[in-house]
Amino acid sequence: MKALYDFSYLTNAIHQWLSSFLSPNGVMITEMILVGLAFMLFFAVLGLVLVYAERKVSAFFQQRLGPMRVGKWGTAQTIADVIKLLMKEPIINKEADRFLFNLAPYIIMMAAFMAMAALPFARGLQALDFDIGILYVAAVSSLGVIGILLAGWSSNNKYSLIGAMRAGAQIISYELSVALSLLTIVVLTGSLQLSVIVESQADGWWLFKGHIPAMIAFLIFLIASTAETNRGPFDLAEAESELTAGFHTEYSGLKFAFFFLAEFANMFIVSAIGATVFLGGWMPLHIGNWEGFNAIMDYIPPIFWFFGKVSFMIFLMMWFRWTFPRLRIDQLLTLEWKYLLPINLVNILVMAFIGLVGWHF
Amino acid sequence: MGSEALVIFFICALIMVGAGILVSNLLAPKSKNLQKEEPYECGIPTQGTAWIQFRVGYYLFAIIFLIFDVETVFIFPWAVGMKQAGLAAFIEIVIFFLVLGLGLLYAWKKKALTWE
Repeated sequence: MKALYDFSYLTNAIHQWLSSFLSPNGVMITEMILVGLAFMLFFAVLGLVLVYAERKVSAFFQQRLGPMRVGKWGTAQTIADVIKLLMKEPIINKEADRFLFNLAPYIIMMAAFMAMAALPFARGLQALDFDIGILYVAAVSSLGVIGILLAGWSSNNKYSLIGAMRAGAQIISYELSVALSLLTIVVLTGSLQLSVIVESQADGWWLFKGHIPAMIAFLIFLIASTAETNRGPFDLAEAESELTAGFHTEYSGLKFAFFFLAEFANMFIVSAIGATVFLGGWMPLHIGNWEGFNAIMDYIPPIFWFFGKVSFMIFLMMWFRWTFPRLRIDQLLTLEWKYLLPINLVNILVMAFIGLVGWHF
Repeated sequence: MGSEALVIFFICALIMVGAGILVSNLLAPKSKNLQKEEPYECGIPTQGTAWIQFRVGYYLFAIIFLIFDVETVFIFPWAVGMKQAGLAAFIEIVIFFLVLGLGLLYAWKKKALTWE
């Protein structure tokens, strides 16, 4: 079963086929281009699907139908939107710092793209498997905040500036909680490599194996990652009722679309990291000694498990948005610095103690 | 693939944004209009520039963040080696967190964490 679903057979076959008529350097370059194209395609599809999902989920929470006109059930709505955004006039206001204004979408997309490179989608389907995987993803994805600050500042618009400053304070604050809640699990795995972390969950997910500290860490991760991606109820960086559109008020057309695409990509990345570290990544659900049940679960390919878990996490984040009222900036910072951070520090100590005594499974 | 493949992801991101903006520039209409190019401010004429001083509270949080971010970097190698190092690592991290907690407590008592 394991061999059947291993993507490294496919990648090795492609590698050998390319090696049969290309020099080693040519093979390397061709493979890099292939991987790059695959990720660009994945990025575009991800944006299309997530925007549609967001609109439909929002609509159902408000007892509406959402987009219904373009295509069956409105499925082609996002494609129509992309075409519309392509045709929109790119306006740069005359007070803005033109260079930084144009640079901001590049930086924000670059951060999202590079963070996505390290995600383990399935066995043997991971572009970059660093031994410092979690540190890498945390470091690269936090570069996006520079893009947000640049966008807000260079617009020379009061709404943009206030939105960007809020986003900056919020993202850097909650980044701590994201990293620390992930480290709570790293104490048990003893490795930062994402593929090793997934393999260590073959007999059970860390969410269950790590007892209560793991569950507390998961809750903190959910809250902090929602805040780090600027999603509601923490979306006060673009609070539309007070700041028009926050840091991207002045952006129009496709540049505006890239901010949205990056936001959805970041949502996917944090969900994927959460699913990998806490929910076993592409590992199927196994329950103790239930041989039959475990065997049936093994038949579901890892890639479905991964995307199932990620979809669940993304759905949770959309659910939050329509359940909780938006926080004020002082409440937001109080929540992080006076509650999540101290709880997190104590939680790591408890987890270290459990790891020391060997109480985890 | 090794870490040199990072370059390809960097380039891909640039191509994706660059190509998109290029196509958009070719397709989109362009018309000069003085009113349209003003910064948006609810439709009224813009009052002054937005490049002004803003509240110091944001800087304070940035400074506290810096301290804790460096501390997180210290915890990364500790978390990896925790199980092998055993009791010694546990005692050390307790001391480390006590010092850190004192720092947080100091910032708290100094009202650096209070938004006014």
